[in-house]
Amino acid sequence: MIKKIQDHLSEFIVPIIFLGLCAIGVIYSEQSPGFIINTIIERLGRNCFLVISLIIPVVAGIGLNFSIVLGAMAAQIGLIFAIDWGFAGIWGIVMAAALSTVFSVLFGYFVGLIFNRAKGREMVTGLITGFFANGIYQMVFLYGAGTFLTILTQDLLLPRGQNEAGETLYFGLQNTINLENVQYAIDDLIPLPAFINNALPDDIFLPIFPFVLIALACLFVVFFLKTKLGQEMKAMGHNQHISEISGIKVNRNRIIAIIISTIMAGYGQILFLQNIGTITTYNSHEYVGMFAIAALLVSGATVSKASVLNAIFGTFLFHTLFFTSPLAGKNIFGNVVLGEYFRVFVAYGVIAIALALHAWKTTRQNAIKAEEC
Amino acid sequence: MNQCKTFIKQLGFARGVIVAFTVLLFVLAFVKDLQMGQLISDCLSRFGRHGILVLSLLPFVKGGLGLNFGLPVGVLCGLVGVVFSINLNLAGYDGLAVALAVGGGLGIVIGLFYGWLLNKVKGQEMVVGTYVGFASVSFMCLAWMMLPFNNPTLVWSIAGKGLRMTIPMDDTYGRILDNLWSFTVGDIWVPTGLILSFLVACILVALFFKTRHGMAIIAAGQNEKFAIASSIKPNRTRLLATTLSTFLGAIGIVIYSQSYGFVQLYTAPLMIAFPIVACILIGGAGIRTATMFHVIFGCLVFQSLLTVALPVANEFIGGDITEAARIVISNGIILYALVGVGAQK
Repeated sequence: MIKKIQDHLSEFIVPIIFLGLCAIGVIYSEQSPGFIINTIIERLGRNCFLVISLIIPVVAGIGLNFSIVLGAMAAQIGLIFAIDWGFAGIWGIVMAAALSTVFSVLFGYFVGLIFNRAKGREMVTGLITGFFANGIYQMVFLYGAGTFLTILTQDLLLPRGQNEAGETLYFGLQNTINLENVQYAIDDLIPLPAFINNALPDDIFLPIFPFVLIALACLFVVFFLKTKLGQEMKAMGHNQHISEISGIKVNRNRIIAIIISTIMAGYGQILFLQNIGTITTYNSHEYVGMFAIAALLVSGATVSKASVLNAIFGTFLFHTLFFTSPLAGKNIFGNVVLGEYFRVFVAYGVIAIALALHAWKTTRQNAIKAEEC
Repeated sequence: MNQCKTFIKQLGFARGVIVAFTVLLFVLAFVKDLQMGQLISDCLSRFGRHGILVLSLLPFVKGGLGLNFGLPVGVLCGLVGVVFSINLNLAGYDGLAVALAVGGGLGIVIGLFYGWLLNKVKGQEMVVGTYVGFASVSFMCLAWMMLPFNNPTLVWSIAGKGLRMTIPMDDTYGRILDNLWSFTVGDIWVPTGLILSFLVACILVALFFKTRHGMAIIAAGQNEKFAIASSIKPNRTRLLATTLSTFLGAIGIVIYSQSYGFVQLYTAPLMIAFPIVACILIGGAGIRTATMFHVIFGCLVFQSLLTVALPVANEFIGGDITEAARIVISNGIILYALVGVGAQK
């Protein structure tokens, strides 16, 4: 009995500690409840989709997909071209999503091929793939944009000195790209029905459509895992070797899992950026993977077990702490920066602990199995 | 000639391209009439500066633990040593010695913990190490702000507490090894002391691998089951390898900082592991194999490439591409190594 309680406790230890931290953060941030609820709703709306995109590779036994960064890049490529071609409002988003899908399929396919050659090391490989792709992305947009990539809007390009004829040369994208044409295009698509709006306190704003999309994503994941392909992926997650022997095309399914994850990450990043309203061209995507993964893990999900509920609950916990900690740091220690360092430490620390605990468990199980043999 | 052929074969396609690219850059620099003396001097100092950090990866690979992406763990120990010695107002060789002793000592202690952890997570050392490294860097960000250092050269002058982002070492022991026995040939300035310190470290590590303990590390790294059969305890050799690696990382950053002339704190060490890992891989190492030659050759090639790329790129397209190129090359070669071994199975 006590052992059972211990097992349960150890399973939920991470979310429990996190709830405690969140409580401290919320109390010491000394903000009005309306502000806190509003911020949490806003952050849930813009981050949850990205976190959901991690689930399918986890179920398929690939582990945490650090390479969702590539999906985020695909989304940014889509948005940049949609803006450049003059699309605005929801059509801008549709255009961006379409482009993002194309690039995500391409990127996801390549990442899947890479992962199939690095089995057992997918996570570190995914991380490095993200860094590598980031380098390529920077090269393309710093030098390609305006030279071999045609950019119609000159305002998007950096002025780079003059040529011999005295004309100003433009190439390379600006460091920040304004998304005002598509900002809140998803958030404001369906206005809140008046009777709900009147029932809510004045200082709370509830965007409906992002949550509809998130719900659709959740439903998609749940139903996908019930299809034949989804069941095969579940089997792969339990034991890849046995799945292979029983006729499941493991390598093909792994690539499909990564492609789906990348496409969803792309949509998630579009949802995120339309709310933020600007792309910092060369950095926006850099920490996408890390924050999404940390958010998933704080809910108690592991490298091999994650559900839709984990994603929602984890995003809620992580982002509550994330935005309250600088404020709390200021009020407790008189220093905002301390709170900022603290939240970065929490993000990395949670990932490190979750990875270590999971690897620890696996080695122990393997040792027990080896003894039994 | 045959040796040359096998060498090229071992180097592989990706590495061959990088070596050829480095040579090409040197040729371009020569054609464009850049200051070759200055460039070669810079290459030499960067080579010596990063040497021990690259060397610190060797025991890790040989011990069968893969690539040490947890290098920041050792680096942070070394940084504590440096800050500690500066806080005591120690200058010259005294300061350097105290920094090495404190940093190295701390490296051994923390290295034991790190090694213990890595023994618990066998098979996932690389990804766990990466995030343990990231987490410790961000933890030390908090610590740098809170630790009770009080020397005015170290702390923010207005707040009176919290270490600065970068601390100049001109008044303490900045470039002390670089200037030791340094001499000039033509336009080329040779930082003898720096390079000697690296080579001495290489020789000591090479000698260590000839001892009983060193041999045990190699044996367990090559095949754990055979090692157990010959009564070697793999967990113990892995612990030893990790500790040695962390210790060398700590020593390495002390040497690096004195040569660079500044101590860089806070998020500066966050990404340090990746270009350093790229060095040993460009030298020809893999996840399971590495030699002293890979350390020295890789460090020389990659650091030369980075040094010469900036001025050459400035001549042709503009300097800011080198940062992106550095990211592509170092992560590309790591990716190549991660994928390459999987294919051999």
